Amino acid sequence: MSKRTLQVTRAGTMLLAAFMVINVAGCKKKAPPPPPPPAPVTTAPAPPPSAKPVISAFTAEPRSIERGQASTLRWSVQNATDMTIDQGVGAIQSSGSRQVFPADTTTYTLVANGPGGSQTQTVTVEVRSTAPAPPPPPPPTSTKRTATDILSADVTDAYFDYDKNDVRDDARAALTKDADVLKQLFADNPGFSVLVEGHCDERGSAEYNLGLGDRRANAAKEFLQTLGVPADKLKTISYGKEQPQCTDPSEACYQKNRRAHFSPGR
Amino acid sequence: MKIKTLLLLLPAALVATFFLKAQQPTGTITINPGKIPVFAIPDFRGSGGAQQYMNAFNSTLWSEIQQSGAFTMAAKTSYPLKVPQQPSDWRQPSPWLTEWSGPPVSAEWLAFGYTAPQDGQLALRGWLYNVGVADVSGAQVIGKVYFGPMTEAGAKKIAREFAADILARFGLQTMAGSRIFFVSDRTGNKEIWSMDYDGSNQAQVTRYGSISTFPVVSHDGSKVAFTSYAQGAPKIYVHSTETNRKLVFYNQSSASSAPGDFTPDGKQLLFYSNSGGLRYFQIFSASAEGGNLRRISSANAIEVEPKVNPKNPSDIVYVSGRSGPAQIYRMNMDGADNVRLTNGEGEAGNPSWHPDGQHIAFKWTRGFEPGNFNIFVMDIATRNTTQLTHGSGRNENPVWAPDGVHIAFSSKRGRATQIYLMQANGQEVKQLTTQGNNMMPAWAKAAN
Repeated sequence: MSKRTLQVTRAGTMLLAAFMVINVAGCKKKAPPPPPPPAPVTTAPAPPPSAKPVISAFTAEPRSIERGQASTLRWSVQNATDMTIDQGVGAIQSSGSRQVFPADTTTYTLVANGPGGSQTQTVTVEVRSTAPAPPPPPPPTSTKRTATDILSADVTDAYFDYDKNDVRDDARAALTKDADVLKQLFADNPGFSVLVEGHCDERGSAEYNLGLGDRRANAAKEFLQTLGVPADKLKTISYGKEQPQCTDPSEACYQKNRRAHFSPGR
Repeated sequence: MKIKTLLLLLPAALVATFFLKAQQPTGTITINPGKIPVFAIPDFRGSGGAQQYMNAFNSTLWSEIQQSGAFTMAAKTSYPLKVPQQPSDWRQPSPWLTEWSGPPVSAEWLAFGYTAPQDGQLALRGWLYNVGVADVSGAQVIGKVYFGPMTEAGAKKIAREFAADILARFGLQTMAGSRIFFVSDRTGNKEIWSMDYDGSNQAQVTRYGSISTFPVVSHDGSKVAFTSYAQGAPKIYVHSTETNRKLVFYNQSSASSAPGDFTPDGKQLLFYSNSGGLRYFQIFSASAEGGNLRRISSANAIEVEPKVNPKNPSDIVYVSGRSGPAQIYRMNMDGADNVRLTNGEGEAGNPSWHPDGQHIAFKWTRGFEPGNFNIFVMDIATRNTTQLTHGSGRNENPVWAPDGVHIAFSSKRGRATQIYLMQANGQEVKQLTTQGNNMMPAWAKAAN
């Protein structure tokens, strides 16, 4: 929008400048004293100096199109011997029109050359995208997101130390935020429930980890309960070390797997 | 240095200890501790159509005796040229007992015989001789006829039966006919599978398409219990090993449970569970159908993996976190007389009773980082432990073979976890599985 305004303004300025040039030329003609009488004619006199070319009109109609539609360029030029428009239009007559089908917003430049000099003028055809209108922005409330979406996006895992089910400070912070989300979630979705999954890293015994995962799931559940999350909405399950998120033997991966995770209830 | 000395003594001391303490039928030959007898088995020949099966027969008989771990096998290249095929062949100077008892063979025991087609069947006449005696009339220990189908499988069958009779004379049980149940993820899901003790005939038992794991087998080999997530929460399932069919087992609703062990009489299943909304997994017993639920342990700690002493059904070993990282404990069937068996170092788990009821195999991280388990054996009476694996991957779930001489276990040596077989001295390690990940072996005696 602002680009087009700028170009229109520039075109106007150039027109003004062209008129000024013409006026100045006119004044020059009158201002000097009369020339001395001509010498005896032996050869044809040189033609009088020509006027500078004038582009009296250069327009595009419409100025704004959708891709695939046409815009018509119209022009009118005086005092020029050869005229071209770029962007593949080529040589033109002194006045005429031409349909163009630009794929993208394109600025056409008309160059008019004549014995008196040259003039240029531009016109821009704006091409709008044909993509469908963007969807309306999501409503500000959470009612249109599914409870499962909110659970996976806004409820974060609580992490544990090796062979431990104590709720660490970082887990307390995570669960405190989770509690707010869950309380709202259950209030908005009366039929919704959540499965609290306890997971372990791959190092301990699979058998012992069945018990440890159970403790982690319940530790997270108990903490959420103390923050007012209804217990009957939270079921627990221990996956031991059966469902790791990653399998590389590093502490970073081990930590990822020592967690309480929240999934939609069954 | 100390460990090395211990290891050198192991084949003799450990193995012989197990043999001596094993229940011995009358007429059993006692092996002197510290002395491993030398066994010679020349190739048997078959008459007529029987000969084509003799490669299978001879390799099976040899490996059955060798795998017992109780004998040094005399190399076949050292044998005399004239090999007896029946007792009437013995005559001085050849074939004669001293050819076998003297150098270079230096054997104490000789198995010989032959096969032949008989009434459409494959018949084996097999003898076991003590070649150390002076008089050939007193040398025979076994002389018996065996029958099987005229097939390669039939040849293997009669070889195993002959081997079982030989081993029985030394108080040894054969592994023949026994199967190993285990967990495999080769289908994309963890399912229960079974295979012969040598890794052959691997077969899928369950098709739940979920997570099925923690298999345990009844002492008579007729049932396999395991945990499956097929219904969501981990529940106990019991299948018949003969039909693979699911049997009735009642799980407490809203409880998560895993099987620990059947009692030796097969009437009860010990398991671990949060049944009743318990804060910590505890040890329970129930009937083989899940009735008569009874809580056994009572601790503010995770307690799992109860294993019943095969010689004393009121004696249980289990794993508890009551002193911190998991350790192995024992208690009575009523939950009393808790004693910690491991010394508190590292983490310990996966106890498995030796058939003698006096030793357990288990895994322990002693001396290693968390997760780097090795297999150990403990003499319960003295608490002496012997390390069998040495840092080769993550070694877990040791389980004794019915012969009391072999241990199957799982180990992650490289990318995948596989099941291995070794002797109780840690020697003769053999990989049994290759496809996918395979773990948690449970040994099933041949169901009768």
